[in-house]
Amino acid sequence: MTIETKVDGINVIATVTGEIDGKSAPQVQSELLAALQDGNRLLVDMKGVTFLSSAGLRMLLLLYRQIAAKKGKVVLVGVSEEIRDTMSMTGFINFFTLSDSQEEGLKALS
Amino acid sequence: MASDTVLAGKIDSLEARIDYYPTHEIAGFRLRPGKPFPFGATLVPGGVNFSVFSSYAFTCVLVLFEKGSVEPLAEISFPDSFRIGHVWSMMVFDLDCERIEYGYRMDGPFDTVAGHRFNKDKILLDPYAKAVGGRDVWGTSPDWDSLFPYRGRLVFEDFDWEDDRPLEVPIEDLVIYEMHIRSFTRHPSSGVRHPGTFAAMRDKIPYIKELGVTCVELMPIYEFDEFENSRRHPDTGEMLYNYWGYSTVNFFAPKAGFAATGRLGMQVDELKNLVKELHKNNIEVILDVVFNHTAEGDERGPTFSFRGIDNKTYYMLTPEGYYYNFSGCGNTLNCNNPIVRSIVLDCLRYWASEYHIDGFRFDLAAILGRDPWGAPLSNPPLLESLAFDPVLGKCKLIAEAWDAGGLYQVGSFPAFGRWAEWNGKYRDDLRCFLKGDSGKVGSLAQRIQGSPDLYGWNGRGPTASINFITCHDGFSMYDLFSYNEKHNEANGENNNDGGNDNDSWNCGCEGETSDPGIINFRKRLIRNAWTILMVSHGIPMVLMGDEMGRTQRGNNNTYCQDNDLNWLDWGLMDENADLLRFARNMVSFRMAHPVLRNRYHLSNQDYMGSGYADISWHGESAWNADWSDESRTLAFMLCGKHAKSGTVCDEYIYVAMNSHWETKCFEIPMPAPDSGKWYVAVNTAMPSPEDIFEPGKEPELGDQGHFLVTPYSVVVLVAR
Repeated sequence: MTIETKVDGINVIATVTGEIDGKSAPQVQSELLAALQDGNRLLVDMKGVTFLSSAGLRMLLLLYRQIAAKKGKVVLVGVSEEIRDTMSMTGFINFFTLSDSQEEGLKALS
Repeated sequence: MASDTVLAGKIDSLEARIDYYPTHEIAGFRLRPGKPFPFGATLVPGGVNFSVFSSYAFTCVLVLFEKGSVEPLAEISFPDSFRIGHVWSMMVFDLDCERIEYGYRMDGPFDTVAGHRFNKDKILLDPYAKAVGGRDVWGTSPDWDSLFPYRGRLVFEDFDWEDDRPLEVPIEDLVIYEMHIRSFTRHPSSGVRHPGTFAAMRDKIPYIKELGVTCVELMPIYEFDEFENSRRHPDTGEMLYNYWGYSTVNFFAPKAGFAATGRLGMQVDELKNLVKELHKNNIEVILDVVFNHTAEGDERGPTFSFRGIDNKTYYMLTPEGYYYNFSGCGNTLNCNNPIVRSIVLDCLRYWASEYHIDGFRFDLAAILGRDPWGAPLSNPPLLESLAFDPVLGKCKLIAEAWDAGGLYQVGSFPAFGRWAEWNGKYRDDLRCFLKGDSGKVGSLAQRIQGSPDLYGWNGRGPTASINFITCHDGFSMYDLFSYNEKHNEANGENNNDGGNDNDSWNCGCEGETSDPGIINFRKRLIRNAWTILMVSHGIPMVLMGDEMGRTQRGNNNTYCQDNDLNWLDWGLMDENADLLRFARNMVSFRMAHPVLRNRYHLSNQDYMGSGYADISWHGESAWNADWSDESRTLAFMLCGKHAKSGTVCDEYIYVAMNSHWETKCFEIPMPAPDSGKWYVAVNTAMPSPEDIFEPGKEPELGDQGHFLVTPYSVVVLVAR
């Protein structure tokens, strides 16, 4: 699992690649939180995420809550059909904004 | 910002708790003495708290596995200093919760006469496991030689319910839909993405809502093994399963094979999400729970959990150490042993609080009232505990008030002011009346009033009576009027299984027919059944598919059939669109009329000064019902001013029932002068759509004084 973050003004764009599970989720969480300041908008590009486990979903939701508490916003981009399906069946999808592309994602954030 | 600081402080202090640090290292694992409470495996900061008890074991070993692997990752003996009383507990740190499966080895006496069957070679499933691996995907052939077939898993108990909680709908306002998770959507015609799962049921919520039922009762969803006693049919080669699931492997874990996400270990979230979505649609969820026996069978059965942990505690044993079999399934859970009692209570509290379940239906509940030697108790402590428990305080508690040992308690189940019962007498009397038996009119009058003969003598209301004509046990409603005899050959037991007292009627031809006369007549009887059920006091329960004429082709015991004998064929929605329309409208008729849903028994008196009793009885002559043995007709009128014990005003309702083979002319009582005229809501003899009219759209009755009621049909009038 790798994370690349890019700061573009108020927006932070993070590209995550690989599997997010119980082992890698804490790393994603701490790296993203470290890159963020109050009021930042976070776009997580997940096109390269091949697997998102139960612990990974929980990490994303926690991240979302922590950012919302700091008056920030989060959007997930390019979530695969399979992960989207899992998020829908388990109810996690209701808490997130999902977009197909970075452009749409940035629009959703603004 | 102040709140953020406080929140951050809380999180920090949790992580810094002085009791969540390792004190020992065994087999490379950092650990410390655990907390006995809560029992089971619980996630704590940095680790997992394991707690398990046994009254008779000498030693206990925690066995950890990588998910799915054959060989254990580690075996950690509990140091004796970690034991308090009969409870071993230990916190193990740095575990990857998603990748770990756990079990226990227990060593203790093997002395069958004394009731002990310890075997330290077995790796045992924690009775308090919150999820179970090993049968993650329905129908995937298991490794029969596995040393650890049912594997304890760890779960996140952090589902975000937002503002959801159990709905607490008054029980008299429920219409219950009994259904099986897999059967509901497994048929290819269901058109869902993940057939046979919790997720698929969520996709079908709009259908349930449109039908109008306010509660779903799910046949067993606790982890069970569909491969228990699985076998091939000797003639057809068809695989026969433990399909219905009335055989529990673990009481705290949802069946993984019912979840599309079971292979990802997310069945807990998927089920909770289903409950949350049902609640959003004002539909309650009742679980059918099986606490009368376990899947371990008798002394010839496998040892995978309870038997190896505390045989003498968990099971009712004969003086020789064999298993009492009041369940008909090999063993009997020792429910009035104080330890088992607490497990049952812990379990139900868990489902009510953690899954927001609205109520429970207890399979073969008469067993729950037997003492450890099988004798019926007059004041069973388990039933009393459940009735008075604070967490279960608003839950519906429903008993199947009989067992396989011959204890039949319909009307006398120890209720403690809380318990309702599946009213088996409602089913039997209604079936007999519907097919035209003589001598049934008196009983019918009792059943329609919510069975005051059964529940009135000790102060229980009609709310004690779950009224049903069909349920999973027995014929579907279509088959009830299509078969005189059961046809269970597909079960491979030479048609010996299943009940013989079906009170069914094939209407002139055994099974399927192309005779339109017979088909129409069967449909009319189905409409009669729906009508009387929906105008009866008590709580109506219908069986999945009866609203669209589902058939089991004469099989009255489809417990082992993973095929279209159980799967709901959604094509029937079109094929029997008339029945479906009728059922939907009949449910909405009930919901539109509070006069049908009183909490207390009717008094047969006028206590509102309306000039009419709350219920009055009629026949071919108004005010003069024919109660004679040969009578097959009965009519009654409900006074709208007595709705909900006189607290609400409703329309008057008049119902005329004719199960005679001749047309009967019913003289209709006049409603109160200020109550207007009679309108025809239902006439089951009419072709669709004139068989039933939506509330408010009923046509006015021409002759306000009389109604010719066709043979085997039911008429419902409303006055406004």
